[in-house]
Order: sequence, then structure tokens, then C-alpha cells
Amino acid sequence: MPTAPETLSGNRPEVLRMEGVDKTFAGNVQALKGMSLQVCEGDFISLLGPSGCGKSTALRLIADLIHPTRGRITWTGGQKAGDLGVVFQEPTLMPWATVAQNAWLPFRLRGKSYNSVKDDVLEALKLVGLEKFQNAYPRELSGGMKMRVSIARAMVTHPRLILMDEPFAALDEITRFRLNDDLLELKDKIGCTVIFVTHSVFESVFLSDRIVVMAARPGRVIRELTVDAPYPRDDSFRTSSEYAAHCRAASDALHQAMDLAA
Amino acid sequence: MSIAEERPIEATEIVDEDEARRARARRLDRIGKWTLPVLVMIVTLFLWDRLVVWNEIPHYILPGPGLVFETLIKDWAILFDALLVTLQITLMALAVAVIGGVGLAILFTQSRWVEMSFYPYAVILQVTPIVAIAPLIFIYVDSRLAGLLLCAWLVAFFPVLSNTTLGLNSADHNLRDLFRIYGATRWQRLRYLQLPSALPYFLGGLRIAGGLSLIGAVVAEYVAGTGGIGSGLAFRILEAGYRLNIPRMFAALILIAVTGVVIFAGLSFLSHMLLRKWHESALKREG
Repeated sequence: MPTAPETLSGNRPEVLRMEGVDKTFAGNVQALKGMSLQVCEGDFISLLGPSGCGKSTALRLIADLIHPTRGRITWTGGQKAGDLGVVFQEPTLMPWATVAQNAWLPFRLRGKSYNSVKDDVLEALKLVGLEKFQNAYPRELSGGMKMRVSIARAMVTHPRLILMDEPFAALDEITRFRLNDDLLELKDKIGCTVIFVTHSVFESVFLSDRIVVMAARPGRVIRELTVDAPYPRDDSFRTSSEYAAHCRAASDALHQAMDLAA
Repeated sequence: MSIAEERPIEATEIVDEDEARRARARRLDRIGKWTLPVLVMIVTLFLWDRLVVWNEIPHYILPGPGLVFETLIKDWAILFDALLVTLQITLMALAVAVIGGVGLAILFTQSRWVEMSFYPYAVILQVTPIVAIAPLIFIYVDSRLAGLLLCAWLVAFFPVLSNTTLGLNSADHNLRDLFRIYGATRWQRLRYLQLPSALPYFLGGLRIAGGLSLIGAVVAEYVAGTGGIGSGLAFRILEAGYRLNIPRMFAALILIAVTGVVIFAGLSFLSHMLLRKWHESALKREG
């Protein structure tokens, strides 16, 4: 049996590795240059940077929706069906399907009947606090609840990696705080590995153990910060001097990224 | 004790003037929706009748509404048989339009090449007036029924094709990405994503196609022009015209109009039933 590669995150096994990934779009627009990233089991990595820094491009590359111009992205041990969950900026639910049917989608596309995975679907909905709404249609839910369904769908298959592309950007501050808390609670319960794209310094510090700061033109990684505060984190962390210090460091790095792009 | 507890608010009690005004407007809307068109019809029938009586217009020029109604009852056997024939062609044409339109739309969305090759010809068929094509069809097609059906289909299928194609291409791009990430097959994407996305568009096209297939059937009957047993309402109108039986012309015309309204109402109801749980167009909103 091959031994697990040496990882950045202590002795946790590696999930995915990006090595020197470039992405150039038509018209010679270089969206990403030389990005390398190692993702280990249990990591919560935020990609933080100004618009156009290639954060979403990096996610699309990992999701295999686009292919690298140069470099490699490899799943340790290969990628299997259900290894990846995705949450977009919009809840992206099927309006004609109920909450449970939406959460069932990843299984359904693998040919599994609802009854055979009903327990998993209801468990996922329970984890996001929506088990009572399994028969509701998306239009009956608030913005925050829709996003919870989207999160339930992303984790219903217990994926090895969940990609989140600014999922809370369109929500109000209160809902956003609550969902940040809930997301960490979920991480605590199911130990998921997350790559989280955000514009927000505060969100990235609160959620992540690693923050990858990116600059634009061309999109690239300029700094990687570690937030070593232990999980679970709650409101007391949000008001701590430690949190403020991390926010200052992330904010400085973000300013540096913006100066580089100017 | 809070204010709410001191003065319990009844569920039916209107709490402010603005809400009361809205409730009144809603009630009037509900009543007006039915009573106003009925009122307009009564006034029109009355004026029509008076116009005929006061001006002593002979019935072979303009019959009064009473005479038209009498004729409708007197000639019911002939007219009802004709109605069944027209209705049969209309419904068959609509069914073929749905199958053909949806089938072609699915084919178009599966292959850009097929769409690029054939869409212009679908447009050409649509924009060429059916009265210009129909005589040719009746030269080349032996079966009268098949000829009528082809004419009605040509008129009716385009809205189904055009709307369904638009709908199939309107699936949310993030959901498309999600289906790709989850490794959906082409068939799964069509069945679980594109067809449900296209449903409201298809139903919109179907409502238009329902009316058009009736128009197509009537026009085709005019052009075919053959009579005898098994003739539709259009032939009965032509025949009555030759015999100056104007009341029967009006009676047949009324039957065609009522059929069109019934088809439209039926398809609207179907659309409402299929979309009522999730689509914006079928949802009732307050205010």
C-alpha cells in the first residue's frame, strides 16, 4: 500500500494537489499563473482576493469544468463519483423539485433511487436544520434556507472535498453570520474539507485554518496565512484580540494584493 | 400584558385602511373578471338585435341574434357532426405538433449542427402563408384527412418548436455546471434539467398552438373545399354562404369561436395545474 504523501497539515492525508497551474483564456487573458496548492483532509482553506484574481477560475479548474493550460491538478488516490460537492454563489436549486429532491440530486445522477438513499438525504437536511421542510419547494424558503439546501446537497454524498464559491455573498449580514457559525458546526460534526472563495477578510479569518491571498492581472497566489485558532470557534472568537490580529494580517495581505494589481 | 394580548386581532379583521382598500380591490377584481365580459356580451347582443329590428335588415344580410340561436338549435345535428370533424383534425394536428415540435426541439438542442441546418427551414415553413401552400398539398397528398392534418400541423408546430427550443436552452448555467460536476449523462441532463426548465416555455407555445391548429384546420377545409358527409365547420360555412343561409354561417362561426375559447381555456388550465407549485407565472402573490 502506498504511503500517504507528506503534508502541510501535520499528518493528515492529502486530498488534492495543484502544481504550477496556469489558465489562459481566449484573447490571451491570463486568469491564473503558477498556482500551487495542497489540500489535506479536514482543511478549511479560503481563497481571498480582489475581483479578477482567479479565485473562481481556480475552483472551476478543481471541479474539472475547465482544464489547465499548464500544470496539473491531481486527486490523491484518484477521483471517484461523489468525491466533490459544490456550492455556488446562488443557491442553484431546481425550482420544480422539492427540498428533498434537490438534495437527492447527486445520488440520482448516479442512478440511485430515492428510497435507497433516503436516510442520507434526510440526515443531510437534518444537519442543516431543514428536515421539516423536505417537502417544501424552493420558492417557499428564505434566501438563507435555500443556501442551506444547497449546502445539504453538496455534502449529501459525504464528499472528500467541498468547493464553495462566495456562497454567502448575496445574503444579509445576520444570515451570513449565522450560516458561518452553522458551517463551522457542520465541519465539526462531519469533518469535511472545504475550499471557500470569499471577498471578506472577516469571513475568511473566522472560517479557515489557511487563507490563500491572491492578486489579479495575472491571477496568482501572493501569500498564504495560517489561522491557528482552534475549532470550534464561536462568537467569543469573533470578539477576541486574536481574531482582530488575524484580520489585520489578512487585510494587510489583501491591500498588498490590490496594490500589486493597480 | 402586551397590547396584542389586550386586543386580540381576529384573522378576518382588516387592520388598516390601506389593507381594506386592497381587499376591496381584490374582491371587485374577482367579480369584474366574470361579470364585465358577460355585461359586454349582453349589451352587444341587445344592440345587434335592435340594429336588425330598427333598420329592418333582412336575415339573408344580417340575422338577429335570436335567429342565429334558433338556427344553432335547429341545425344542431349537421353542425355538431361538422364540429366533431373539425375538432378531430384540430386535436390530431395539435398532438402531432406537440410530438413533432418537442422532438425537433430536443434534436436541435442535442446538436448545434442539426439546429443550424434545419432551423431556417422551419422558419420558412412558418412564414409562408398556409393558404399558399395548401393547394399544393392537396395536389400531392391523396388522403383528404392527411392533407388537412398536414396543413393544420404546419401552422401549429412552430410555436411549440420555437418555445421548447428556447426553454431547453434556458436551463440555469450553474445547474448545468452542477450536472457536469456530478457526471450526468446527456439523457439525465435532458430529463432532469432541460425538460423541466423548458416546461413553462413549452406550455406557452402549446396555448398558441392550440388556437393555431384550429385556424389551420379551418383554413385547410376551405382550401380542400370538398363536401358531403365528413365535412367540417368551414365547409358548412362555405355551403351556407352559397345558399345565402346567413344564420347558419353565423351559427357555425359561433361554434368555431367557442371551440377556440374552450381549447385555450383547457390548455391554460393544464398549464396552471402543471406549474402551480413552483413557477412564477402560476403563483398568486399578495399586494
